[in-house]
Amino acid sequence: MELILINLLDGLVTGLLLFMLSAGLTLIFSMMGVLNFAHASFYMLGAYFGYQISRYVGFWPGLVVAPVVVGLMGAAVEKYGLRRVHKHGHVPELIFTFGLALLIEEVVQFFWGKNQMAYTPPEALNFTLFAIGDNAFPAYKFFMIAISAAVFLVLLTILKRTRVGLVIQAALSYPQTVEALGHNVPRVFMGVFGVGTALAGVAGVIAGPVLGTFPGMAVVLGSIVFVTIVVGGLGSLWGALVASLLIGWMTTFAKTYNVSGADVMALIGLVPPTDMSDNPFRDVWTMTLPQIADILPYMFMVLVLVFRPNGLMGRRET
Amino acid sequence: MRLAMKLVTSALFSAVLGTAALAEDTVKIAFIDPLSGPFATTGTNGLAEWEFAAEELVNKQGGVLGGKKLEIVAFDNKISPKESLIQLQVAIDQGIKFIAQGNSSGVASALTDAINKHNRRNPDNRVLFLNYSAVAPELTNEKCNFWHFRFDANSDIKMDALTDVIAKDDGIERVYVIGQDYSFGKSVAAAAVRFLAEKRPDIEIVGNELHPIGKVKDFTPYARKIVSSGADAIITGNWGADMVGLGKSVIEGGFDGPIYTYYAANNGITATFGDVGKDRIRLVQEGPLNPPASDRMSVYVKAFKEKNPDFDITQNRITNAVEMLARAIDAAGSTDAVAVATALAGMEHDSLWGGKIYMRPEDHQAIQNVHITKHTDEGVTFDSDNSGYGLVVESSIEMAAADSPTTCEMKRP
Amino acid sequence: MSETALAARPTTGMLRAASPWLGAIVLVVALPFVFSDSSAITIMNQMAITIVFALSYNMLLGQGGMLSFGHAVYMGLGGFMAMHMMGWIEEDGLPIPLPLLPLFAGLFGLACAAVIGTFSTRRAGTGFAMISLGIGELIAACSIIIVAFFGGEEGISGDRTMGPPVFGVEWFTSGEVYWIISGWMLLSALLMYLFSRTPVGRMANAVRDNPERAEFLGYSARWVRYISFCASGFFAGIAGGLFAINYEILTEENLNLATSGAILLMTFLGGVGFFAGPIIGAIVFTLLQTVLSLQTELWALYVGALFVVTVMFFPGGLTGLLTIHIMPWRLGRLSELMIPYAKTLLPGAIGVLGFCGFLEILFHARHAAAGDHEMILFWITFDTHGPLPWIITAVVAGAGYWLARRNAPELKAALDHASAPDRMP
Repeated sequence: MELILINLLDGLVTGLLLFMLSAGLTLIFSMMGVLNFAHASFYMLGAYFGYQISRYVGFWPGLVVAPVVVGLMGAAVEKYGLRRVHKHGHVPELIFTFGLALLIEEVVQFFWGKNQMAYTPPEALNFTLFAIGDNAFPAYKFFMIAISAAVFLVLLTILKRTRVGLVIQAALSYPQTVEALGHNVPRVFMGVFGVGTALAGVAGVIAGPVLGTFPGMAVVLGSIVFVTIVVGGLGSLWGALVASLLIGWMTTFAKTYNVSGADVMALIGLVPPTDMSDNPFRDVWTMTLPQIADILPYMFMVLVLVFRPNGLMGRRET
Repeated sequence: MRLAMKLVTSALFSAVLGTAALAEDTVKIAFIDPLSGPFATTGTNGLAEWEFAAEELVNKQGGVLGGKKLEIVAFDNKISPKESLIQLQVAIDQGIKFIAQGNSSGVASALTDAINKHNRRNPDNRVLFLNYSAVAPELTNEKCNFWHFRFDANSDIKMDALTDVIAKDDGIERVYVIGQDYSFGKSVAAAAVRFLAEKRPDIEIVGNELHPIGKVKDFTPYARKIVSSGADAIITGNWGADMVGLGKSVIEGGFDGPIYTYYAANNGITATFGDVGKDRIRLVQEGPLNPPASDRMSVYVKAFKEKNPDFDITQNRITNAVEMLARAIDAAGSTDAVAVATALAGMEHDSLWGGKIYMRPEDHQAIQNVHITKHTDEGVTFDSDNSGYGLVVESSIEMAAADSPTTCEMKRP
Repeated sequence: MSETALAARPTTGMLRAASPWLGAIVLVVALPFVFSDSSAITIMNQMAITIVFALSYNMLLGQGGMLSFGHAVYMGLGGFMAMHMMGWIEEDGLPIPLPLLPLFAGLFGLACAAVIGTFSTRRAGTGFAMISLGIGELIAACSIIIVAFFGGEEGISGDRTMGPPVFGVEWFTSGEVYWIISGWMLLSALLMYLFSRTPVGRMANAVRDNPERAEFLGYSARWVRYISFCASGFFAGIAGGLFAINYEILTEENLNLATSGAILLMTFLGGVGFFAGPIIGAIVFTLLQTVLSLQTELWALYVGALFVVTVMFFPGGLTGLLTIHIMPWRLGRLSELMIPYAKTLLPGAIGVLGFCGFLEILFHARHAAAGDHEMILFWITFDTHGPLPWIITAVVAGAGYWLARRNAPELKAALDHASAPDRMP
């Protein structure tokens, strides 16, 4: 019971972190039809900038400055890079952002090297908030939950209550009509791209100290973010939230319970073969749930794409 | 067009390689280890140690074969067995005869196979494998071959020493074993279970699991499991980023027992543990830093720190490997692989870190003193990560496992 | 017109079509005698394998308009199969000579593609890209779990010399293996070329450009994509089989996103719109990888930058750049381009070198060991902590860029002028 409770909390942290990335990505996709392959790279930039700033003036200024810098860089990428490729169609756009992801990783290594940075949570949050059973829950994780929730609420308010939000929402469903109505669509695009990447930057700043700030951090998270928005339904903010939380809990719970293949087989009445060494299906018996935890999201995505191509809550086809 | 293009580029290519192959007045050692990726820190630190040892212990003493210098050529294998074989081929193509590798037994096992195959197929261009860190027992048992030399104590020898300490601690009743999912992690787990059953049958193994190597982003769920299992102690062979991640999560998650490890020091790990790890982390290792064995050793370590302030001496056996190789080359009078290997097998050597090293000829496993050290800030002459914390010897075993059995059936040329 | 002239026509046509292939055969046979040292053979083997893989990738991207982020899967699966067969040859005495192994690897790749294609080719564009990414990650992750087939973290390795010798050759050296690899390379390239000329190959282009219209013509876009996908999986599998023979090891890395990304990168660099594009891309990329990585630690940064620049400014890739010179060449006007080229490319190249120099110095200053202030660049030794090298490289880079940019319109005009077929003399 205690383990379930603490897992729910841990999964929430992972899920909300994923959501901060997938929210920006899905916004960008629904506006521009571009799947930004480099989205997780902006997350990485956020972490590195946050780290660099924290070395001079501490963690808190970094939390504000780093996302702004990342957002500006994102806007610049849209204006000078993506817009140029846009005329060739969606596939070249995707290839461009893929190249950008490679390049950003190399640039990060150029400046910061290949090692993990010593990016740590601020002293003020370096204590145990509470414990469930023997399991301690650090204050910093609670802080992550709070920031993610705040970001979600702000985003929702902007989208539902402001004029800009109206334009964006309209563009979610009827991009051509919005353009025909005379809105400066390129500037809206640039803005959305900037905000989306800035969100990734925030995620980077708060996740860097926990998940590690190293050059591979973008690759590690990148494809999971794609999975999230595809599962949630491209263009749906609520879908992204639901999918993020589902995937967060799914992986956390799967890693905690050592259920093995043999246990499952025993349920349906199969006994393991006596000689395992040469049996081609031996892995079915020895496989454990924590082992397959990381691939569950991908299996989930393939299933969703096969049976529900629009994703859980999406309206458009992938 | 394509034809011309191919010709031009190929010509260009051989021109470049041609110039690279010219200068041949050094004895080259190919260092094939991760210089990028999650284990880059371990690899780059090791490279610095190899370079420093070659320079300080051999080149400044007059080199080998009457004046030739040792040169370390670095190759990044990204900890991948496949990439290692590609780099091995490049190294052999460059005429390098000595291959040094240590990080990951998976890589070592691929390399030792490949080198064995290469030497069988190319009798006039054989190479030697200096394994300075990969400790999976099979490398000197069923997979042993004449070209492979291991300078570290293998994981069974180390686990034997580690479980001796655990057996003496009556407070430990429940143990959690966790490791990386590859040959080394599996041997650690198997040895831990075997030795504990032998020495302390009353200890319950409350968890025994493997996680993917270098791929776990967040160890929190594992930490939750360990804490909830009520374990009194953890045994792990994790190293590099996996050790940092596991250690951090376990301590943050509320675990307060001792952690028995192979590699929980240096490369940011010591700094991460800091005060929380004091007297709780025990490490099994050869060649300890504290207390210093001799003045010669202190001078060496200080000079190393001066040159590489951000690195530490993390793998002391590297100096043994360099010195023993240099002696073997001189004894053989050439860099011929068979002659050098014959000189190395059975060699006795006075280690810079105190004690003797004996390269057992039956399986090419170095027999040496093994120490249990603990993470502390008391009595530390040479700290790690410039953190004030370091490893201090708690107990030692002279020439550990000198008469341990081996299943090695070595084919000699 | 006499009968002989009529009969000769198709023959000369055939000859013309066959001449690049004959040239390629001569080249492939001659190369190992020209570059006989083992490092050159190593590179050539790697190149040939990459060419097969890149060509198979371009069947999807260039010819079918399907952007895949998981193509390594089919090469990897084929390779793993070949590796297992090598094991069966060694242990169970399976009487298959080594040169035939890639065929079985190809068939296995085909089988896997036939299964996965049933749902992944349902959509094109972004949908296909996402599914390919998901499948790629899934299978790469499975490779660690399903140890029986993939060998876990260590992968599986074998020994290619255990099979029955072919004409007394036992495949000890990479020089001997070269003949297997290059032979399969030529054969696969020819088959892939012929495939692109079949009705299905042509329809793949039509589906890429306009699926609706292709449907109206009575072709199922999805079916056409499926056929291309399977064929591509077959040739990727062959590349995997060749990989297994050459390296004698396969690991998770053969399946993962990094490998899939690299093949996308080199195919695009070579030029996706041309049959020869991936070939050129594979050759250039392999050379860059080996030569440049020996020279500089920053090679991946340069390659990444080159890729982004290519996507942004030269969507036709290297081959695209080469083909714009075909017209001037046919018209005998290449010499007209000499001066504009010298005025643009020369400062451009110097500027790029200056910029790279600047980066190298910056990198050295940041990452070299403490106290190591010396570096050698372009055969000059200097101190990276003095201001002079920084200023020189920065000025060179800036001036080169400015000059190249100023003269670029002139080059473009000259190219247009030289390509215009009916201009006044």
